[in-house]
Order: sequence, then C-alpha cells, then structure tokens
Amino acid sequence: MAAVSQLQRQFVDYTTSLYNEEYLDDQFTQLQKLQDESNPDFVVEVVSLFFEDSEKLLNNLATALQQTSVDYKQVDSHVHQFKGSSSSIGAKRVTNVCVHFRNFCEEKNLDGCLRCLQQVKHEYILVRTKLEALFRLEQQILQAGGSVPVME
Amino acid sequence: MGVISISETPLHVLAVDDSNIDRKLIERLLKTLSYQVTAVDSGSKALEFLGLQDVENFQSFSPNPELEVNLIITDYCMPGMTGFELLRKIKETKSLKDIPVVIMSSDNIPARISRCLEEGAEEFFLKPVRMSDVDKLKPFLSKSERKTTGDEECVSNDNSIAIYDDDVNDDDDVEVWSDEDEQRQMFSEDQSC
Repeated sequence: MAAVSQLQRQFVDYTTSLYNEEYLDDQFTQLQKLQDESNPDFVVEVVSLFFEDSEKLLNNLATALQQTSVDYKQVDSHVHQFKGSSSSIGAKRVTNVCVHFRNFCEEKNLDGCLRCLQQVKHEYILVRTKLEALFRLEQQILQAGGSVPVME
Repeated sequence: MGVISISETPLHVLAVDDSNIDRKLIERLLKTLSYQVTAVDSGSKALEFLGLQDVENFQSFSPNPELEVNLIITDYCMPGMTGFELLRKIKETKSLKDIPVVIMSSDNIPARISRCLEEGAEEFFLKPVRMSDVDKLKPFLSKSERKTTGDEECVSNDNSIAIYDDDVNDDDDVEVWSDEDEQRQMFSEDQSC
C-alpha cells in the first residue's frame, strides 16, 4: 500500500502546483465534482473535447493570420471560442492569453496577434502536457488499487 | 430524495449552445438534478425543436405536446441567431412565451444582462456555469406548466419539495407570423460576440 499512498501524495502535490501556477483554476475542480460512478470518465471526455477543439482553433488562427488581408473579426471569433472553451475547463493561463489576444484583434494589431498566437499555443501545449501527466497519475493510482484523492 | 411516482414525467430542459464543450457541461449539470436534457447547437435548431416550422419565414407553428419543454437555457453568442434573438422569438410566440428562458454568456456586459432580463429572461448566468447557478433554476421549473397528475414531489437531490398545480395545458392557437413580424429586424445593438 506504500506505493499507492506515494502516488496519491504525488497526485495531490502535482495538482496543487497546477493550481498555484494557474495552469488550472476552480473550474477544473467543478468538472471533477461532476464525475461519479455513472459518469466515471467525465473529466477526460471534456478535456479531450478541449484538446480537439484547440488544435482546430490554433490551425484556424494560423491560417487567418497568414492572409494578405487579415479578417480580424474572423480571428477574434476564433479567439473568443478559445477563450470560452479554455475557461470552461479551467485552463486559466490559456484564457488569460486569449483576453490579450482579443484586445489586439480589436486594435487590428498584426504583430500583437502573432505574438499572442505563439503565446496561446505555448500555454495550450503546457496545459495539455500537464493534464496528460495528471491523467496518467490517476490511472496509476487506480491500477495500484487506490482511489484518486479529491481536491477541495 | 423524494418519492418518485412511476407516471411522473421528468422536467425537460432545452439547452442551446454552439460550443460542444459547453453543451456537454450544461447537459451534465442539468442531469445531476435529474432533468431530461435536449441539447442543440443553434437557435434555429432550438426553434425547430420547439415546433416552429419554416423558421426563416415564420410561416407556421405547431406545438408538439410529445416534446414539452419546461425551460430553455441558451448561450448568448452564437453564429446565426444570438441567444437574445432566440429569447425574443420565444417571447413573441404565444405557445412558447411562458417557457422560462435563461441566458448564459462568457462576457460580463451589464447592458447585455439588463437587455436580456428586460426581454423576459428569468436569469443570466456568467460562464463557466456551475452547480450553484443551475440550482437557481429549480423555482422556474416548478412554476412552469407541465402535465401532472396532482401533487408530486420535485425530482432532485435535495430535500426541498415542489408541489405542482394540476394545470391543464392550454390549447394554444397555432401561431402565425405576420409580414410585419417578419420584417421587424431583430438586430441586437450588442455586436460584441
């Protein structure tokens, strides 16, 4: 059982750091609260949708910003979607970049937009990596016969 | 948990949101309160579901009693028809106007909120919507018309009890949209979606 409690400790520490560093916010906790025996994979399902959505949005943003005549309304529409979806899963840092990104869209500032695109891509990759690590840790705990600690 | 009679129809919520993530979220939230949920991705699909045929021309409306809706919860910013436009159309349709409508938005714009409430929305939730928001829906759902067989207890996870009047559904006339209605532009001043 020592292995399980070690994994559980790791899980708690890792999750805590993710919240402290604002990779995740309370909305992620809300998602976890919606997971139960009848919906055991709820969090993974929602987060997977987020990953799929985000990849599409990042591609769409890159394409939109590469146009000779950039349609800032279109760019803003993609960012708005990204802001919404990241906020819905609690990916705080991604949401924060989206807020700045929208301001640059409003100003029709191409440089600002391109920088934000790089930033949002970077933050997305970070949170995706961390969430994947978190899910792996959960699986390890479950496979070792333990239960995943509930974060408050 | 209250007593549930076998003949009881669960409360039915129509959720409208163009985001698949948010649809999944709102559906899950509503289902924790044992509501039946239909989720659609646009205002026009919502109106179709509610029985408004030929949405573009608003030529005819036929309420479908099989698919009674007790509450509509809709996102504000959607391509095509906004949540505000959907709200307006619902409030202007005799057979639909009594269905409570709730608006959700990721943007906290006071003017938007007051406009929606003035137009008849019962509540305005800021996204991301959470359990504490959905809990606020209970009183609206207990007041709305539904097929009942006398008193019954609210299907929910808490201990509160809602007693329903034995209302008979109105036999509303088929709503026909006049040319005037059709021409009336429903552009919201708030273009910041």
